[in-house]
Amino acid sequence: MPLIAALLLLGLLFLLAKNIQHNGFAYFATISFIGLTNGAVYALVALGYTLVYGILELINFAHGDVFMLGGMISATMLISSSVFGLKEGASTSALIPALLVSLVVAMVGCGLINASIEFVAYRPLRGAPRLAPLITAIGMSFILQNVAIAWKGPGYTAIPNVLPHGNVFSIHGVVYTWEKLIVVLVTIPVLVGLMWLVLKTRQGKAMRAAAQDRDAAAMMGINVNRTISFTFLIAGALAGAAGLLYALYFGQVRYDTGFQLGLIAFTAAVLGGIGNLPGAVLGALSIGFIQAYNEGLTWHMPGSDWTQSIVFSILILILVFRPEGLLGERTPEGA
Amino acid sequence: MRRRIRARVSAAWWAALGAVGLPRSRWDALDRGVRRAVKAAVWVAISLVLVALFGVWRTSALAIAAIVLLLVVPRWSRLTVRGWHVGKWVAPLAVLALAASYPYYVNHMPEIPLFGPFPQLSTLVVMTVFTMMALGLNFVVGYAGLLDLGYVAFYAMGAYMAGWFASGQFAKQNVNIGAVGLYEGATGFHFSIWLVLVMAGIATAVVGVIIGLPTLRLRGDYLAIVTLGFGEILPQIARNGDHLFGTNFNLTNGTGGITPIDGPGFGNWLDQHFHLPANFLTAGNLDSVFLWTGLGLVLITVFCSARLRDSRIGRAWIAIREDETAAAAMGVPLMRTKTWSYATGAFFGGVAGAFYASYKSGAFPDDFFFQISVFILCMVILGGMGNIWGVIFGACFLTYLDREGLSNIGTQINDQFGITLDVPKYEFGIFGIIIVVVMLFRPEGLIPSSRRAAELHEGVHDEPLYDHEIAGA
Repeated sequence: MPLIAALLLLGLLFLLAKNIQHNGFAYFATISFIGLTNGAVYALVALGYTLVYGILELINFAHGDVFMLGGMISATMLISSSVFGLKEGASTSALIPALLVSLVVAMVGCGLINASIEFVAYRPLRGAPRLAPLITAIGMSFILQNVAIAWKGPGYTAIPNVLPHGNVFSIHGVVYTWEKLIVVLVTIPVLVGLMWLVLKTRQGKAMRAAAQDRDAAAMMGINVNRTISFTFLIAGALAGAAGLLYALYFGQVRYDTGFQLGLIAFTAAVLGGIGNLPGAVLGALSIGFIQAYNEGLTWHMPGSDWTQSIVFSILILILVFRPEGLLGERTPEGA
Repeated sequence: MRRRIRARVSAAWWAALGAVGLPRSRWDALDRGVRRAVKAAVWVAISLVLVALFGVWRTSALAIAAIVLLLVVPRWSRLTVRGWHVGKWVAPLAVLALAASYPYYVNHMPEIPLFGPFPQLSTLVVMTVFTMMALGLNFVVGYAGLLDLGYVAFYAMGAYMAGWFASGQFAKQNVNIGAVGLYEGATGFHFSIWLVLVMAGIATAVVGVIIGLPTLRLRGDYLAIVTLGFGEILPQIARNGDHLFGTNFNLTNGTGGITPIDGPGFGNWLDQHFHLPANFLTAGNLDSVFLWTGLGLVLITVFCSARLRDSRIGRAWIAIREDETAAAAMGVPLMRTKTWSYATGAFFGGVAGAFYASYKSGAFPDDFFFQISVFILCMVILGGMGNIWGVIFGACFLTYLDREGLSNIGTQINDQFGITLDVPKYEFGIFGIIIVVVMLFRPEGLIPSSRRAAELHEGVHDEPLYDHEIAGA
């Protein structure tokens, strides 16, 4: 098995090298920055999947749709004339407070949505067979999508390009734009904050304990239900932040955006090792790069028609051959 | 909570009746047959009053009432003739007769309050298709307890099998095996649809085995996601299949889909001698013949479902569903048994897909998306996982809602309250609500199989003790 993996890796490296030769390094680097930005957005969503799976062993199918609602909340906050009413080329002094307030609103809103989903749809089913909450999760996902249809209609909601366009730097044709930098600039503090929360605080310790063994945690006096609610709140808040960034960076949100991106992010979480926080970030970055290279590079690459199939093939291969992911440890669930 | 509500309603009901002078003790003292008759008569009377008040009254409403009473009141299921238990056939045969004669009385039916007119014939044809698919999925979800979120892949596979072997898709070939209704000089593969149905089933079952072999080792939720992955990949191949990997080979005709597809038929000889329709698509009573064919296919599916459930492999499926470890310890080969359930489910999905493609005369990639998988899953859950009657009911009801019911109900609600709510737009949201509500309050479905109900209420043994206490608190 390691031999096959090594051969596969060599093949991929060859493909990459050939593409760099074909397209030139500057273009390759620019594409890589796109991959990094995509990966940052995916990481925020993937962390939500991984947090919830870690504690409940449940694939929160509705998570992608919470993210989508986050995008819609942010879009409303930013462009609706009754709130901030930003337009293309807004001044920095108008932009920064608007972004910060929208970020907070989206995070809080999505956190509350996610926690209430847990309360309504998953908590009553704690004793049921494992598939029951998964099925309600699918139902919740459909409900949220229809909430979005009722709210914004079935078409795309466009968000004007309010972020500054200029280049941070442009060296020998390697271009890095401000909008990409801003996505990363928002993501990193959120990630650091999450790490601090999970590793250093009392609540984080409770979360880790409940994830390890719910019964033992309860016996040690941890309120498991509250901890689970808190986890959903955090996961939702991350999805809200991702929603804002997505809306800003990609400029459009639709009711099914979350479903597609949610599956990609879930793949990222599995790739990194589900339940493992650094793993989710690593997996998300990998998927971001893979997607960017597939869609951007031109030498014998399948192209954007096949992105979804590639992502799912990765998911299937990982689940079949290495269910513990890149960083995870082997668990009974994986076998 | 559900039990508490029901108890309270029941207590209030008996208190009210007691006040009128009909205490519960007197009711319980009555003969069982009498109680049955009274209950049925009350329900029929209520529905008649509702139809008279809110629906369009036709004399046929009385005929329906008579048929319902005739079917419900006598205890048909207890009927035995010379030791043969013929009673168990009464209900299925009655349903079958009602369905098969539907074309003859559909135009004479009254309007039902809230639901509007009876469904059209074409809706019934689609119902048979989705009933087959739901029964196929029931092999996987209901019997073996594996969650399959990519069933649409089998549907697509069946439809494209019909597209490849019963249309002009491969224009360089020219093979004609018993196809009907071809024009002069038609090119491509043209197999008889009857043959194509079998081929589609087998090919789809093979795909099911190919998908299943590597993935069925995974447990529950991972398997669900992997099947979802396949359910997304196969339609994407269908969408991009007109230029696979840069070659100019046109496998699926891309987003345009493959159309037209030949219709089923019996050919001219049988038409002349036995008056069987030569070609369904040009027959005058197109929907009727498709309905009867569909009913025949559903019958085969039901037969296989029932016989397989009670067979050795069916018992193995249920054992795996209830406790995989114990089943393995008792010598059930897990992988082989699961793969069989997957292949069987895929087979019927493929047959249904090919039949539907032939009815629609086309296979279009836009028909195959994740929502369809969940739609079929919703049928199985709503009706009752593992129960054939339940699954048939779920499939028919949801197909009806999808095709006509939601728009009818929407129109009625809008007329009544003077609002303009586009109900069909929220179709999948409504299905989502159905899924959540059923899973929360009646996880065994509307017509449960008693075994599955016990499992879902008592939980399975490998659940941690702590969780039960939370659920009860």
